[in-house]
Amino acid sequence: MIGMTHFLILSAILFAIAVMGIFLNRKNIIVVLMSIELMLLAVNFNFITFSSFLHNIAGQIFVFFTLTVAAAESAIGLAILIILFRNLRSINVQDMDKLQG
Amino acid sequence: MVGTSLYLTIILAPLIASVIVGIFGVKLGKKPSHTLTILGVLISTVCSYIVLYQVQLEHITYNGPLYTWLTVGSQTFSVGILIDTLTSIMLVVVTSVSLMVHIYTIGYMAEEDGYERFFSYISLFTFMMIILVMSNNFMQLFFGWEGVGLVSYLLIGFYYKRESAIFANLKAFLINRIGDLGFLLGIGLVFAYCGSLNYVDVFAKVSSLTQVMLPCTDWNIITVMCILLFIGAMGKSAQFPLHVWLPDSMEGPTPISALIHAATMVTAGIFMVARLSPMFNLSETALSVIIYAGGINCFFLGILGIIQTDIKRVVAYSTLSQLGYMAVALGCGSYSVAIFHLMTHAFFKGLLFLAAGSVILAMHHEQDMRKMGGLAKYMPITYITMLLGSLALAGIPPFAGFFSKDMIITSAVVAYQHGLPGGAFAVFTVYASVFVTALYSFRLIFMTFHGKERFRDIHDDHSHHGHDEHHGGHTNPKESPFVVTLPLILMAIPSVIIGWLGLKLFVGGAILDGSVFNISWITQRFAEETITPINMIIDSFKEPPVYLALAGIIVAFVFHKVDGLSQKFVNIIKPVYNLLDKKYYMDDLYIKLFAPFGRGIGKFLWTIGDMVIIDGLIVNGSAKVVEWYSRVFRKLQSGYVNSYATFMVLGVIILLTFCTSLIFS
Amino acid sequence: MLTTVLFYVFAIILVFSALKVVTSKNPISSVLFLVLAFVTSACLWLMLNVEFLALVLIVVYVGAVMVLFLFVVMMLDIDVETMRKGFWKHLPLAILLGIIVLVEMVLVILNKPMVITGSPEVVSNNISNANQLGWVLYTQYSYPVELASMILLLGLVAAVAITLRKTDKNAKYQDIRKQVSVKASDRFEMINMPAEVEVDNLEPQNKEEVK
Repeated sequence: MIGMTHFLILSAILFAIAVMGIFLNRKNIIVVLMSIELMLLAVNFNFITFSSFLHNIAGQIFVFFTLTVAAAESAIGLAILIILFRNLRSINVQDMDKLQG
Repeated sequence: MVGTSLYLTIILAPLIASVIVGIFGVKLGKKPSHTLTILGVLISTVCSYIVLYQVQLEHITYNGPLYTWLTVGSQTFSVGILIDTLTSIMLVVVTSVSLMVHIYTIGYMAEEDGYERFFSYISLFTFMMIILVMSNNFMQLFFGWEGVGLVSYLLIGFYYKRESAIFANLKAFLINRIGDLGFLLGIGLVFAYCGSLNYVDVFAKVSSLTQVMLPCTDWNIITVMCILLFIGAMGKSAQFPLHVWLPDSMEGPTPISALIHAATMVTAGIFMVARLSPMFNLSETALSVIIYAGGINCFFLGILGIIQTDIKRVVAYSTLSQLGYMAVALGCGSYSVAIFHLMTHAFFKGLLFLAAGSVILAMHHEQDMRKMGGLAKYMPITYITMLLGSLALAGIPPFAGFFSKDMIITSAVVAYQHGLPGGAFAVFTVYASVFVTALYSFRLIFMTFHGKERFRDIHDDHSHHGHDEHHGGHTNPKESPFVVTLPLILMAIPSVIIGWLGLKLFVGGAILDGSVFNISWITQRFAEETITPINMIIDSFKEPPVYLALAGIIVAFVFHKVDGLSQKFVNIIKPVYNLLDKKYYMDDLYIKLFAPFGRGIGKFLWTIGDMVIIDGLIVNGSAKVVEWYSRVFRKLQSGYVNSYATFMVLGVIILLTFCTSLIFS
Repeated sequence: MLTTVLFYVFAIILVFSALKVVTSKNPISSVLFLVLAFVTSACLWLMLNVEFLALVLIVVYVGAVMVLFLFVVMMLDIDVETMRKGFWKHLPLAILLGIIVLVEMVLVILNKPMVITGSPEVVSNNISNANQLGWVLYTQYSYPVELASMILLLGLVAAVAITLRKTDKNAKYQDIRKQVSVKASDRFEMINMPAEVEVDNLEPQNKEEVK
């Protein structure tokens, strides 16, 4: 029988892979963004699991809002990425050192 | 007019006059300036006599705050007034002498620049002195103390274009700072242990501290307090070894020497110790310290007066000597006698200074006694008054000085019999000083008023150089104007009679009841016998002091009459003379040892303490640490978004590890 | 039994696709594997009886966000080789950190008090998951829903505002001042026109008028 633990461990694996992704693709910001989406997915997975096993709808509400915010975040993040590329002709993270001041 | 309004009038009259003259003096002109200030002091003087009458005969005393200055926690610091027997006496002395000096100044300073400024200063001084004697707490005492010190500084440097005057006033200021440091530490200790600065509270508390020691030492706390406070008195009252400023302070105009450096300010230390007599009574060690300081002043510094040639410096050294007498009296626990001598001294020493000023005026600001002589017939009033002053100083009965000095000698003997440490030294010095005092004071009289008229040679010199009014002939010295001689006469009267009048009051203690408490053995001794002036004069001929004084006068006379004797004598005791001439090398000690030492410490603290440790290590060092830290950590601030993300994830992992370990611990 | 098998199948696909997301050379394949990951996740969510969100995940994420990603990746000229630089260098560290995170999380999950036994939510009383969610969202969470809609609006406006170039000639702007101060006459002009105009005759007539 598949219990809660299985789902939780699955989401933990997802999260760990996302963390790896951030480290592996340090230059490619678009994959970093995708890794973040993966992380959010892992988190949502946890919410859903708990919500389902505890018979509490609040977790699903949370996922609902997370999806909303993540969608908005992706839209803005990609928009930023586009103007970055427009200005730098590259999405190499190494070129984005304007914050250094 | 009664109560606080009367007391406030005494305080404020000179202040208002001083402020008005100080600000508008030059516009007002000379006559309005001196009229105004004299009026101010006159009002104070009259009110002081009213207060004396009220206190002594109607027994009206007052002790209360006027105005709360600041409140810190449960402590309030207030400006207060204490009117008791001691205050009333001091008020009368201060205002009377001040009034005389104000009048005298009209004549003495008539030709000088800064006439109005001078009047403003002396009125301000009077105000400060009144604050000092009227205060009912240590804070206000210290305010007055510093105030008179400030005015003294300003007035010593009155001729601010003169190099020596600037040196002298700086010297006075610096030496007084040493004393003030002690005084301030003393006040701090009093506050720390008694929890209050009001005299009444402190006296109530202090007797419970007899067994308390200063932390980390086995020094009795009261002794430490008293000695520190007395160090303050040493500075102000020019006690050895902080006496070196007083002779130099003669750079100031003569009325100042009379008022500040003889009659009033320098006695502030004596007054302070007398005021704090309940404290000092509890520490025999402190009393011994006072005896030694006073004894050294009294005898060793008195001797220096013998070889001085500057007329004012002779009087200055005699002041040091007389202050020594007062200190010895204090040290013997005989505070009322010290105040008695303070009062007689204020009058006769003020008189001597004013008379010396009169002579200086007649000699056109020549102060060297070797260029005087034979002045008696030209200035009879000055001569007679100065002679009376000198007799009083020398302690010839029945002049004022005799009574007070004789009582000091008695006190010293009592203290010695009682076994107070330093008692023997006190007895020796007071006896020896009687001789010394008579010697230098009559040397002054003989050199100035008798013998050859040496000033004529000088005048010849002057005429050769074509000096305007003296050109072509000799002018005889003239008696000083009325405004100068009037104070002389007015001061001569108390110099003669005040001892007679005051003896019974002071010795019996009635006049200082409730404010000055003689130590037990003195009280006992004074209670045993009834002393009347007549008895005392008769008794005195059975005792050595009178003969010592007479011997002093005779020696002075012999040296005066026999030409060349003094020179021969000097040759015989050449080494001693040199020692005296260099004032026991005290100035050299200060200038060559203490000053470079102090400067060395200052330089060390400046270069090492301030520049290296504070500026270099603490101020710039902390900035450098921040800079170094930033230099290291700015590497993290690479500006690369991915490294921020990396560190964020690392942070999350560390946090996660921490949380996990919490669960499993 | 069937659910167990299904779970493991989906789980393996999910993990595999997630790994491919972070390791594939081409960002386009990364996006596509991410789509796969989302779809398998949605399947797994369906197993937990969370139908509404599973479908939302597919509609919103796969249908909108992932397509957006795909557009962006295709629009941008990505130099794949420079992007891959340092990949192998970072691999050991990444694996180490990944394992640390995984181990810690698993330790926490397997810790006794954390384990809750029970079954996934069962549909009861014929009330669907979407129905339940709707009830709660529009009653208890109505204000947060409003807020979420505002956030979406903000995302929309912000995305447009950020990418819009001021220098772009084709860009159209509002001038509020002009809009406010507009008069009826500016908007609407009355012109007299003949009912029938012969095109050939028009020009000569005008020329005559000028003369």
